[in-house]
Amino acid sequence: MKQALIDYTLHLADNSLILGQRNSEWCGHGPVLEQDIAITNISLDLIGQARNFYQYAATLIGNGTTEDSLAYLRKEREFKNCLLVEQPNGDWAQTILRQFFFSQYQYLLFEQLQNNKDDQIAAIAEKSLKEVTYHLRWSSEWVIRLGDGTEESHKRMLKAIDELWRYTGEMFMPADYEKDTGIDFEKMKVEWNQKVKTIFSEASLIPLLEGRGAAFMQTGGKEGKHTEHLGYILTELQYMQRAYPGCEW
Amino acid sequence: MVSGVMTIHTINKETIYSYLEEINDPEVPVLSIIDLGIVRDVRMNKEELEVIITPTYTGCPAMDMITATIKIQLATLGFKKVKVTQALSPAWTTEWMSEEGKRKLKEYGIAPPNPKQQVCDQKLFAEAEAVQCPHCDSYHTHRISEFGSTACKALYQCDDCKEPFDYFKCH
Repeated sequence: MKQALIDYTLHLADNSLILGQRNSEWCGHGPVLEQDIAITNISLDLIGQARNFYQYAATLIGNGTTEDSLAYLRKEREFKNCLLVEQPNGDWAQTILRQFFFSQYQYLLFEQLQNNKDDQIAAIAEKSLKEVTYHLRWSSEWVIRLGDGTEESHKRMLKAIDELWRYTGEMFMPADYEKDTGIDFEKMKVEWNQKVKTIFSEASLIPLLEGRGAAFMQTGGKEGKHTEHLGYILTELQYMQRAYPGCEW
Repeated sequence: MVSGVMTIHTINKETIYSYLEEINDPEVPVLSIIDLGIVRDVRMNKEELEVIITPTYTGCPAMDMITATIKIQLATLGFKKVKVTQALSPAWTTEWMSEEGKRKLKEYGIAPPNPKQQVCDQKLFAEAEAVQCPHCDSYHTHRISEFGSTACKALYQCDDCKEPFDYFKCH
């Protein structure tokens, strides 16, 4: 029972940390300055969420566990994030689409979680929801801009859908530790698909979503079975603590 | 400077608040943490003073520094045991910012949050809110970016005096 809550809290934390780390790779490389600042602001929000969840998980685990030991000293197999968030940034279209898929999911999830039976999870969700609304609006607008933009941007969005669609199903398939959380995954899935459909149709993207690549869904991240990308992310993220254990600055 | 003999038993809440009033937000140094509305409560437990604060944004890097400054400030005033607790719920909102705080912001060159809360909703490509230029008071301004130099600000430009400025967005 308690282990399930710990695992679930870590899952929420890992999702936010890994996507925050991924987005931060854009720092100084964004297509224009304002969007560089936007994506790194989103990183900051996500890493803030991750800290809240890790701090809570640390109090549940005890034994001297800290938010830092959870982020910096766990191995790849111990990370429980969805596969979607660890996928490479690719081009701007792929980053935008990944953010949109995730923010739409997170928005619906936190809407439910803010009434969760666990007070701390509910408080973090309530606090974060305001920020997620910004992420969702920003990424939705960009999906439309690119999908309905030039021939080139449209083509790139289609490619991004091909790359990422297979990782979206996992978000709605509850892991063992999610079964007792009170989340209605079925409802979330229906709403998510509906929202994605609406934005895609505005972005002239809908036929392809329905036409191909929609059948097979890759899973495993929630149980620690990741794509090869996560190892590389952790190598960079954890380098300092691995090389200089306990270092502070 | 207050002498070191003051203890929790001889001091009241208002005095503590007046000490906290002297602590500024490191990111927006004209605002005290009281102006900002992040101090939610002060509790005097047996030998321990507890200050309850709420973060503005989840990722706000200033929170750790604010926590440390509260502890140092109160320690120098003679409070040996100070605990700073972060409360996430109810979530912080710009409605908690004091009128004095809004005035100071404007004077500093940052447009304060609009009086009528207009928080981010899901409506796409929405018209940007009319924000008054803190330099020339014109409402003839436009938004450059929803995300600014810190999590709490958006970037605007005045179409009259042409100055770019930060807007402390409603949250």
